[in-house]
Amino acid sequence: MYVAVKGGERAIENAHAWLAEERRGDTDVAELSIVQIREQLSLAVNRVMAEGSLYDPDLAALAIKQARGDLIEAIFLIRAYRTTLPRFGTSKPVETGTMACDRRISATFKDLPGGQVLGPTFDYTHRLLDFKLAAEGDLPEAPMREAQVGEVPHVTEFLNREGLIEEALHDDAPPPDLTREPLEMPAERALRLQALTRADEGFTLGLAYSTQRGYARNHAFVGELRIGSVPVEMHIPELGFAIDIGEVTLTECETVNQFKGSKTEPPQFTRGYGLVFGLNERKAISMALVDRALRWEELGEDNEGAPAQDAEFVLYHADNIQATGFLEHIKLPHYVDFQSELELVRKLRREAGASDVQEAAE
Amino acid sequence: MQTQTLSGGFEDPAIQSAHAFRGIMEAMARPGTLQTISGATPPAPLSPAAGCVLLALCDTDTPVHLAGETDCEAVRAWLAFHTGAPTTGSTHCMFAVGTWDTLAPLSAYQIGTSEYPDRSATLIVECPALETSGATLTGPGIKDHASLSVPDVQALQSNRALFPLGLDFILTCENQLAALPRTTEVS
Amino acid sequence: MNAYNFAYLDEQTKRMIRRAILKGLAIPGYQVPFASREMPMPYGWGTGGVQVSAAILTPEDSFKVIDQGADDTTNAVSIRTFFERTAGVETTTKTSEASVIQTRHRIPEDPLIEGQILVYQVPIPEPLRFLEPRESETRKMHSLEEYGLMHVKLYEDISRHGHIATAYAYPVKVEGQYVMDPSPIPKFDNPKLGDMAAIQLFGAGREQRIYALPPYTNVVSLDFEDHPFEASKADHPCGLCGAIDSYLDEVIIDDAGGRMFVCSDTDYCENRQAAGHKGKDAA
Repeated sequence: MYVAVKGGERAIENAHAWLAEERRGDTDVAELSIVQIREQLSLAVNRVMAEGSLYDPDLAALAIKQARGDLIEAIFLIRAYRTTLPRFGTSKPVETGTMACDRRISATFKDLPGGQVLGPTFDYTHRLLDFKLAAEGDLPEAPMREAQVGEVPHVTEFLNREGLIEEALHDDAPPPDLTREPLEMPAERALRLQALTRADEGFTLGLAYSTQRGYARNHAFVGELRIGSVPVEMHIPELGFAIDIGEVTLTECETVNQFKGSKTEPPQFTRGYGLVFGLNERKAISMALVDRALRWEELGEDNEGAPAQDAEFVLYHADNIQATGFLEHIKLPHYVDFQSELELVRKLRREAGASDVQEAAE
Repeated sequence: MQTQTLSGGFEDPAIQSAHAFRGIMEAMARPGTLQTISGATPPAPLSPAAGCVLLALCDTDTPVHLAGETDCEAVRAWLAFHTGAPTTGSTHCMFAVGTWDTLAPLSAYQIGTSEYPDRSATLIVECPALETSGATLTGPGIKDHASLSVPDVQALQSNRALFPLGLDFILTCENQLAALPRTTEVS
Repeated sequence: MNAYNFAYLDEQTKRMIRRAILKGLAIPGYQVPFASREMPMPYGWGTGGVQVSAAILTPEDSFKVIDQGADDTTNAVSIRTFFERTAGVETTTKTSEASVIQTRHRIPEDPLIEGQILVYQVPIPEPLRFLEPRESETRKMHSLEEYGLMHVKLYEDISRHGHIATAYAYPVKVEGQYVMDPSPIPKFDNPKLGDMAAIQLFGAGREQRIYALPPYTNVVSLDFEDHPFEASKADHPCGLCGAIDSYLDEVIIDDAGGRMFVCSDTDYCENRQAAGHKGKDAA
């Protein structure tokens, strides 16, 4: 006799209980605190803030803990939380020229006002496992120096003064917001940048890499990469002026890219732009390259049919929460549609004269 | 006047909006049926039904055109306070409210584009009476046929001819409403 | 859950969805873009249906959720629990007692009646998507009613296999205007789409589209004169209730080729069994 499977509700509850146990792991080992994750896995926290579109290191750390270190799952938790938050207003655009830089490098000029600051980078570490870290030892102190004061001018501004780089036009129009309006093609640059800054790091990296290998190559130099904190200001109508509501750490990358020029316009460099929450330079550089590739039309370049040039392809597939949800939904029951295909294939085979072993056995 | 502005909205917005919307949806899905709708007491000359529709559907994202007598200080202030909806002329509105005559001409409103026929205005028509008799209605939402007192058969026929573009109408009277989507054939 | 609004979504979001639903009803079969929100469940798992349900539910509703026709499938359980917690609505497994039914991949066997609303979860709302991946192109094709490509595809099936090789998500034409994806229901369910007494709403969260069929709407499954549309199912009676008119799941019962067929609509099957109907595999 056959009894239909029941008990979905209990199965779900049990799965959640088991998951909680697995998350905790061996209880003889001390439990991770949110503060530990925030302080010691800060790059994971930064990625979750960037792709979750919510600047809150404590919540990002909590999400990482809850997600057992699965960063896309953590980003998902943050996005689902973010969407329930009321929107009180809009900040003024942040001024990255006033950034207190922890890191600031230019690949285009050997030295420049404001100087090059290597900052806390992996760049020149030899990738040798440091077994000392396994022994939870004391920390050697990093040397300090006086913080630099004053603005750190953008490298691209030096080029701009000579007219060597395209003018970045000022636009005070409120940018579109893909979290409030359905994505629509063609997407203007501000919308593309919003999509890219939330985009999956791996997807953006892959696309950026493809442009370097010739799929819409755009000869990018890192004009400048800067990481540091900037104040966030919000205009308060009741007060009639803007107040400082906090500060955020940002990574900004400006690329200087080649431009052919035309009969009417002398040759000029062009720009690609990346701006990401937190310390996340792989993402910021990738974003700048993809931004530049997507600008082919406005710069009068050829459509080479490269993936990174295809705004519809890039924007509809860059979001890892959309992608992972849809990808993973194929593990949900599809008995009904599968059954309809099964019947169809059986019928076609019958008509084609193929012997169906199963049917014959009955 | 100020009390009038502050009062007459939904006391329990989540629940009352949900009820109001279900009434509006039933009406739009079943042209020719009358729905009773309550919860709003807007300032004159708005009917309670029209007030409910505005509260349920309008906000800062929906420009509203106040036609004729509805374009008065009391209604403007009430609409602004309870919905935040900006008011605008007939050409740019997503919703318009007024009597049939004051809403005219229909050609002024957005009827959508062939790629986005949904980008069209919805007209809330204040009617002196609303009855399930009069013109004959057929089309989606209607089993066989229905009857409804409609303001202007010919204008509705011209609107139907624009399908899939066109305007959609919500007819209101006191605390009752009916709807005429662009798909309804009126004769 | 007190921190969340009735039915989870904030009022502004609900209004936006409600406006989209009304335009959807006014333009049957047309996909209305809407600013889908990020829900606390994954895209592809019913976020569109959940948002539509959240926008239409009232506290007095009786809510039923089915996945593959069954109330007890895990994702149906999960969505039902979500609304029990966030909207406090009464839930039911009985089709006849439900005022709102959210479904994935099936239309209940018992005809729905006036006053009921069927909400479909839709993965890919665009029927032309597998012929043309670009939204910018398919939108143009709908606006020009340029559906030749779809007919060519179906006809190619016939020349290759002798039949139209689409068994689910079988495209339909609505009121002679828009070609619409009915969501991945088996084509067995297609004839129920047209002239239904209930309101049908379709929500695609990830793809940010809502569309609708008002009651008694003309819905035609695409076909050819010499190859008319045919609703099909496994040619067996239900092993539990003996029904010969219901859509069936195939269940493998042993390792020796044994299998049986049972109703995919569990409520339908249970009602029949309670009324004394017995299939050959029933206890």
